[in-house]
Order: sequence, then structure tokens, then C-alpha cells
Amino acid sequence: MDESRRKWDHMAAKAQSKAVVESTGGEPADTLRSYYEQMSLVRSFELRSSEMYARAKIGGYCHLNLGEEATVVGLMAAIEKRDYLFTGYRDHGYALMRGISPESVMAELFGKVTGVSGGRGGSMHMFDSEARLLGGYGIVGGQIPPATGAALALKYQEAAGADAAAVMCLLGDGTTNIGAFHESLNLAGLWKLPIVYVIVNNGLGMGTTVEKASAEPDLYKRAASYRMPGVRVDGDDVLAVRDAARDALKQARESRQPVLLEVMCYRLRGHSVVDPARYRAPEDTTIAQQSDPVPSFRAELIASGVLTEADAAAIDEAADVRVSAAVVFADESPEPDVDDLFKYVYATAVANAPSALPGEPVMDAL
Amino acid sequence: MNTEIVNTEVTTTRTITYRQALNETLRAELERDEKVFLIGEEIGIFEGSYKITAGLLEDFGPERVLDAPIAEEGFVGAALGAAMLGMRPVVEIMTINFSLIAIDQIVNHAAKMRSMFAGQVSIPLVIRMPGGGGQQLAATHSQNLEVWYAHIPGLKVVAPSTPADAKALLAAAIRDDDPVIFLENLSLYSAKGEVPDGEQVAEIGKAAVVKTGTDLTIVSYSRGTTTALDVAHQLEAEGLSIEVVDLRSLRPLDRDTICASVKKTGHAVVFEDDWLSYGIGAEISATIGEGAFDFLDAPVRRVAAAEVPLPYAKSLEKAALPSAADLAKVVREVLNISTNDK
Repeated sequence: MDESRRKWDHMAAKAQSKAVVESTGGEPADTLRSYYEQMSLVRSFELRSSEMYARAKIGGYCHLNLGEEATVVGLMAAIEKRDYLFTGYRDHGYALMRGISPESVMAELFGKVTGVSGGRGGSMHMFDSEARLLGGYGIVGGQIPPATGAALALKYQEAAGADAAAVMCLLGDGTTNIGAFHESLNLAGLWKLPIVYVIVNNGLGMGTTVEKASAEPDLYKRAASYRMPGVRVDGDDVLAVRDAARDALKQARESRQPVLLEVMCYRLRGHSVVDPARYRAPEDTTIAQQSDPVPSFRAELIASGVLTEADAAAIDEAADVRVSAAVVFADESPEPDVDDLFKYVYATAVANAPSALPGEPVMDAL
Repeated sequence: MNTEIVNTEVTTTRTITYRQALNETLRAELERDEKVFLIGEEIGIFEGSYKITAGLLEDFGPERVLDAPIAEEGFVGAALGAAMLGMRPVVEIMTINFSLIAIDQIVNHAAKMRSMFAGQVSIPLVIRMPGGGGQQLAATHSQNLEVWYAHIPGLKVVAPSTPADAKALLAAAIRDDDPVIFLENLSLYSAKGEVPDGEQVAEIGKAAVVKTGTDLTIVSYSRGTTTALDVAHQLEAEGLSIEVVDLRSLRPLDRDTICASVKKTGHAVVFEDDWLSYGIGAEISATIGEGAFDFLDAPVRRVAAAEVPLPYAKSLEKAALPSAADLAKVVREVLNISTNDK
């Protein structure tokens, strides 16, 4: 399948998704403003992450939410504090929107002890038990069975109802071809678990398109095999994403009906910060830029009178200031102490636990 | 039996099978803690491929004894996720061979989460599974893959050889806050032994000297320990004093107990059911080399499985698996005793 066909398919799917869930009108201005503030913060944070990576402040792999801000903010507006979130490795924005401070997230990227995962996880492994972000996961699909099991635990621990907790499990389009996806959806459908699986479909694995990877490229339709609703929504529409996710979570918490939600969006840049995305046709990049949810939502709010240009500029400026403070904090934070290398290997102390550094004797004395 | 027992108030014992010890312990833990639940293929209505969970569905219901579809990656990972939220799942994988289908969840996830997330989450997960050949199950169903898991930091791997240890180590595993691989063995399920009544909880990470001796140390675990004891008793009749160290825990490894024994005897043979190269015995040998080199009167030898996918035919299977005769022969060789001399 050629590149133009892929583009057409992804655009057509996005256009269709708009018809599935209409944007909600009549939102309070404060809500809209807040969503823009959040989107602007994610945008600013990710641009700065990219810059810090280029300056070698950040190591390893680093995947950004650029272009997916409406999806991030919409999903996180829908999820409740009591709910549990599992994500893949493109997790910075979700961590921020879960209420974790930019300082903690940036410090994690910097590998500092003040990071949200103590500097042990890095970009792909943001975890905060209090915020109920139960992990960024670097292995594609690795998060899906544990997320499903968290929903199983909820079924043991509390009754269904409006106040019950649910699990949201994020995954990418490429992830829907891995066995863990199908095994997990089967378990959730079979056992009626309170979980919403959200496919963030940006059309590309790394460079491989959905159409080249999935025999059924309408990914939400895969839900039919597990007797769960499959819903597709336009990921550039923050309100549509929020409403679709809320509805899905409601079914999960109140009826223990798992839902598969497919959110159609564009990845603004390469797969990770080191990927120049040369495989991508210039027109495709153009479309991604035209669909960019941050400037378009900004323009929409200005056009509808929710924000003035000056308001929007002030919001963007405030986001940059916030992120700058996070960078300073991360930069000034201490590295993890090498003496703590083995600190978290076991929860229950165990006899004879290994503690030798490379080259140290494993036995105390001959 | 030098089993480490935390609670020693009980003195009465019964002779029961390894299978019964596991079944009774699962029952006792299900009764003790409502967070404990069992999950696995055919463990409910079918009562387990090896009947370890017999009667438990009837008494605890389908939520506590949860039949899973044939989806090892899915249900092992689901158990892991339930553990993250404070449940204490005990998974049965039908045999260790099928654990390879779930290995991403075990090695890439269960073993790493606590460290990778800086201690913010614990994984109180037990994965029970039998290994072992000798049942004419052919190459894919006869493996001893324990070293795959024993290699992984973040996991604990225990391998009881007796019904008493099966009981005390299973209770310990279920009460432990870390992922524990609980290695059973097909040929041990019907083995009988004395088991103390009442609550018994072993300390993970400790080996046991299950027979004392002065001439040579045999280090083994699981089924291998039973063979090692047989051989040791047999050689006693020939005037040889053999000490047997039962590892009980493959990770962590109780190197001190191994080396203390070898320092006393000056000779060591490792008896293991896994393949020779890179196996459990390689680690034991290296440990002895580092911890008891000056006390050795002969090189450490390993008696392990022939390095071949295990054939079905009984003659070939028997030839490939390490036997009591193989062990006795190597013990004599290490002690430099010609079979003709005896």
C-alpha cells in the first residue's frame, strides 16, 4: 500500500470518527480554558524534553506526545482520581495530566532521585502509586495483562456502581497485533472486568502503517470478537475524546462492561526524539501539522471568544515558565545514591540476596 | 531434616504425599487470607492437571479458584496486575514448559516492577509449576528450565524436595511480597514424607543439610535431592560418608551453606536435572571455586542431563536423564575409588 493510500485511509478513518461522536457544545468557558492550559503545558513540556534530549540531559529512549495533546487531555479529563491508569511508553503527558508535577516528570527524564520513579525508570516508566498511574511500560503490550489484572482485583475488592473505580489501559495502534492484547481483551470480556482499553491510533507503529500491520485496520472493530463495544473518536477533538472516554468508563464502573475505544490522532514528529521520520511523505507531515490540535484548539477558543489572543499568549507563556522551573529542578536534583543500588529489588527481605557490584567477590572470604 | 521453621510449636506429624502437602497448604492459605486466590488452566472443575487443586473449587467457589482460558501470557499478567492492587494470586502453570509463553510477563514485568518503580509497588505473586522429565512426555514437555528464572534479579525461585518443604515453602511464598517461582516436579507429586501439622512457614533463601557426612558433598534440589539421598545412603554401606545439601532456594542461593559443607568434606558433586552447560551446577561450581577452593581435594563435578531435546523413546529418555547410577559413579570418581576396588 503506498503512502498516499495510507494517508487517505487514516484521514478517512478520522473523518468517520468525527461522525461517531459529535463534539459537545455549551461547555463552560473555564473548562475550555483549562483544557487549553493543559494542552499547552503538555506541548511545552514535550518540546523542552526534546531540547533536553538533544542537550544529553535525557538518555535512553524518549517518545513524545507532540500532536496527541487533545487525546491526552481529553482522556485525562474523563478519568477519575480513584481510577487506575496504565500506559505504554509515550507517557509524559499522561503523567502530567494525572496530577504529577512537571518537576517530578522532568527529574525522572533526567534520571534524578527526585523523579517520579526515583530515576529508576526513565521516560518510558513513569509510575506514581498515589496518582494511581500504575506505569508507563516500555515493552509493547506489556501493560495490557497487568491492567486487566488490576481490573480483576477491583472486581474482588468492590461492588460495581457510579462510585466504583475502573482501569484505563492505553496502548498504541501497533500494539493491537500482539498476543497480549487479544488474550487480555478475551479475559476482560469473559470475566466482565471494569476496564477501558484505549487505542491511541496515530497511524504509525514506528514507521509501519496500521494498514500494513493490521488485517482489520479499523481497530475498534476488534472489540466484536470479545463482545465488548468498540468506539472510534477523533483524537484531535478534546471534548469528543473526553466524552467518549467518560461514557466508556461509566460502562466499566457501573456495568462492568469493558470497552475498546479507538482515538484517531496524528503524531507530529518521529517515533522518538531521535527519529527524523524520513519515511513519512511531506504531505503526510503537512496534514499532521494542519491537524495539530494545540494551535487549532487555540484558534477555536479565540474565534469563539473564550480567550483573547493575549489570554492565549499568557497561557503559553505560563506553561513555558512552569516547564522552565521543572528543568531547573531536575537539573539541580541529586543523582540516585549508588549505595541504594539494590534497595528496591525485594519487598520482603530475603536471606542471601545478592549484593555484589561488578568485580566484587560473591563470597566474603575464602 | 534441617528445615528452617519459623513456627515450631507443633510436634505431631503425618505421612502425606507432596501433592497432598501442596493441596492442604493452598487450602489453609485460602482460608487464612481472603486476598489469596488461585488462577490457572483447568484448576477448578478439572481440579488441576496433576490434581493439586482437588476439592478447592467446591469449597472456595469460582472466584477464589479461577479457571483461566489457555492464555498463559494473559492470565499470568492478569495475576500480576491483581497483585499490584494488593491481591495475593497463586498461579498454576500446567508445566514449566508453558511458562515460556508467559515469560514476558514474568521476566520483563513481575521481576522488574518494584525496582523500576522505586519500591512504589510490590508483587505478592506465586507462580507454581512442575518441571521434570522421565514421564515419556518428549522434548517440549520434559524440560527443567529453572535456571531461566534463577538468573533473574527480582524473582525468588524455590524448589522443595520433600512434602514438608513443599508445605513450608509454599506458605512462605504465598506470604512473601515478591514474585516467587515455586518449582514442583512431576516425579515428586506422589512422593511421601513426614509433614509437621499446623502452620509451617519456611525461610526463603536458605539451603538445608539434609544428610551429614564427611567425605563428599552432593549439592542438589527438587527431585535431585531425593536421588542424592538414596545414593548417599547406598554409599554409606560402602563406608563412604556423604553429605547432602538441598538448595531449596535457587534464587537467592545460599552460598555459605554450600561452601561450609565443602570446606568440611573437600569434595563436591552437583546433581541437577537441567542441562549441563550454563546450568545450576555451573553456578554452584563457580561458588565453590570462589568460596572453598583451598579446601578442595578434587575438581567439582556435575551430573546433569545430556544436552539434547529429550526423546520420547524410553531407552533414549533414560540415557539422557541423570540417574542414581550416574551420580554414584561420579562420586566414586571424585573420591578416586575404582568400582573394582570396592
